[in-house]
Amino acid sequence: MSIASARVAATLESMSVSPDELKVRIESAIPGTRAAVSGDGHHFEAIVEGPAFAGLSRIDQHKLVYDVFGAELGDRIHALSLKITATEDR
Amino acid sequence: MSDPATNQMRDEIKSAIAENPVILFMKGTPDAPACGFSARTVAVLESLEAPFAAVNVLPDPRIRQELSALSGWPTIPQLFIDGKLVGGCDIVMEMHETGELQRLLGVRDGAGTASAQAPAEVGAAEPAPLSIENLL
Repeated sequence: MSIASARVAATLESMSVSPDELKVRIESAIPGTRAAVSGDGHHFEAIVEGPAFAGLSRIDQHKLVYDVFGAELGDRIHALSLKITATEDR
Repeated sequence: MSDPATNQMRDEIKSAIAENPVILFMKGTPDAPACGFSARTVAVLESLEAPFAAVNVLPDPRIRQELSALSGWPTIPQLFIDGKLVGGCDIVMEMHETGELQRLLGVRDGAGTASAQAPAEVGAAEPAPLSIENLL
């Protein structure tokens, strides 16, 4: 690999996002939430559950998670597929 | 923003949503979707034989920008029924599984599965899906 392409590869690597980063950011931004995230660095699937989603419409449940990432969605995070479950508040 | 081009785009999007009872903003066209999420959403609507208008957001980045500003929804596709945002691919899939989407669209449960072979008479009465290629 040439120096230039190694540099490009390193840049791409640093731009990619880990599923763990998404998990931690979702869980810390939305109190009481648990997230299981898988993905390839650009496309992710998250199974998210927590009491914060109770009583919200599907749209508002998804917006709550989308809002954690703001403009990164569609950019650094190319796609985030969500499966959201509301749990009982304890 | 007071940019007249921006306002015009937003107005075009608003009236497209108001004028079409079922409208999908997607990447690519129903015949040639340019993204897996758009393709899956189209496939669900087609399996329900639900007529829908489609807008390709790819020809001009302003379409997507203004649409998301209007809907508060960051990603594509976006499905609107009767002027209201239903959601993106995940929500459409979930609502299809639970039957909510069929109810919202006013089609029978199981249309497109069991009754998929029961054919032509339906096809004749059904309006062709309207395709809005470019809002500009």
